[in-house]
Amino acid sequence: MNMDFTNVAPESILDEAHKLKFAGFHLMQQCATRIPDGYELLYTFGKDYEVKQLKVTLAEDQEVSSISSAFPCAFIHENEMHDLFGVNIKMINLDFEGKFYRTAIETPFK
Amino acid sequence: MSTRSVIPFGPQHPVLPEPIHLDLVLEDEKVVEAIPSIGFIHRGLEKLVDKKDFNEMVYVAERICGICSLGHGLGYSEAIEHIMDIDVPARAKFLRTIWSELSRIHSHLLWLGLLADAFGFESLYMDCWRLREDALDMFEASTGGRVIFSVMKVGGIRRDVSDEMLADFSKRIDKMEEDLKTIAKPFLNDKAVQTRLRGVGYLSAEQADLLGCAGPFLRASGVNRDIRTTGYCAYGDIDFEPIISTEGDSYARTDCRIKEIFQAFDIIRQCIAKMPKGGEIDVPVKGMPNGEYMMRIEQPRGEALYYVKANGTKFIDRLRVRTPTFSNLPGMVETLKGCDLADVPILVLTIDPCISCTER
Repeated sequence: MNMDFTNVAPESILDEAHKLKFAGFHLMQQCATRIPDGYELLYTFGKDYEVKQLKVTLAEDQEVSSISSAFPCAFIHENEMHDLFGVNIKMINLDFEGKFYRTAIETPFK
Repeated sequence: MSTRSVIPFGPQHPVLPEPIHLDLVLEDEKVVEAIPSIGFIHRGLEKLVDKKDFNEMVYVAERICGICSLGHGLGYSEAIEHIMDIDVPARAKFLRTIWSELSRIHSHLLWLGLLADAFGFESLYMDCWRLREDALDMFEASTGGRVIFSVMKVGGIRRDVSDEMLADFSKRIDKMEEDLKTIAKPFLNDKAVQTRLRGVGYLSAEQADLLGCAGPFLRASGVNRDIRTTGYCAYGDIDFEPIISTEGDSYARTDCRIKEIFQAFDIIRQCIAKMPKGGEIDVPVKGMPNGEYMMRIEQPRGEALYYVKANGTKFIDRLRVRTPTFSNLPGMVETLKGCDLADVPILVLTIDPCISCTER
């Protein structure tokens, strides 16, 4: 599997997602990893067996746009990133506002 | 204009072995929208990377789910092996493939039983689960476990399987195949079953791809994508073609899974015939993992992703497991739109949901 990661600025992720959608890619996954003072977000897209991976580095309280306008299924990954890690994601097409996972403590992976 | 009402579906429901909640927005008897919510059995297993070292995490990965536990251990181990550039011995790869296909057999038979139960076909349900016991018996004989196997490790496998046992597996599979031919008939030919499945929950190939669907749910809509064809484990040495259907309805999903069981029998036979004789089943693991890798494997329910980010210490930074049901939920919600309320249980079932996997 292609393990090249392309770094993308937070404000460009939605544009990049739209470009990949028009190129025929589908969304495979999104996930967050905690790093000092923020988060590293990983976006994985696939087309047949080809894979493209984008990385976004986000400061602690920085917002990032949802890509659910390009890939409607992104809501499930983005609600998880919000509920478990506390990542600020704006404009999710189906935003559960912290109620997607019923966790005993707020943002347990933060 | 019809009156809209909202009906809660789940988290406890007769067709659901595990809890998921849906808010169904109805116009009369038609579903116009379905809003899913999960989180009833979230265990935070991925967070255990802070406390368990990279070898111990194999056991944690296995405990994500009781049905595809072997695959989770396999996917995580392969991700670490790629990061550490470990070449697993050929015999271990073939045995991993046999166990993966046995998992597919027992998972699909479990699902077929649940489907029969949802129809009210109790005898058929018990026949499916009786046949599934044969697969579990083979697991018990070769690994010592029926649910959690603990046979996977970074660098190979923990237990070898003797040639005599493999020959016995071959005979058992022949018998299972004969039994399955009988069991499959009502699923594929019975008029009552066809009425419930044909044309119900249609999902086009374009929708399935856009919504990120995986596994038989995706392939039943005509998308030819099966991660086994990338050749991980011993799949590169096995002759097989992905099972696809173009009908995109609930019947096609059932048909795909039944054909995949027959295909799994064939793959196991090929593995037994091509099994490397003797030799190592594992290699020593030296050093600590440093780097990141995204491993893709084909679980019974579809493509699963294992992202591992390691930092050169014994504790990895991140394990992210994207399970097939997690990516099939948006597709399931789409199939529910426009269906009758009475079809909701069957439609939820046809994605073969595994909520333990989904929530981890």
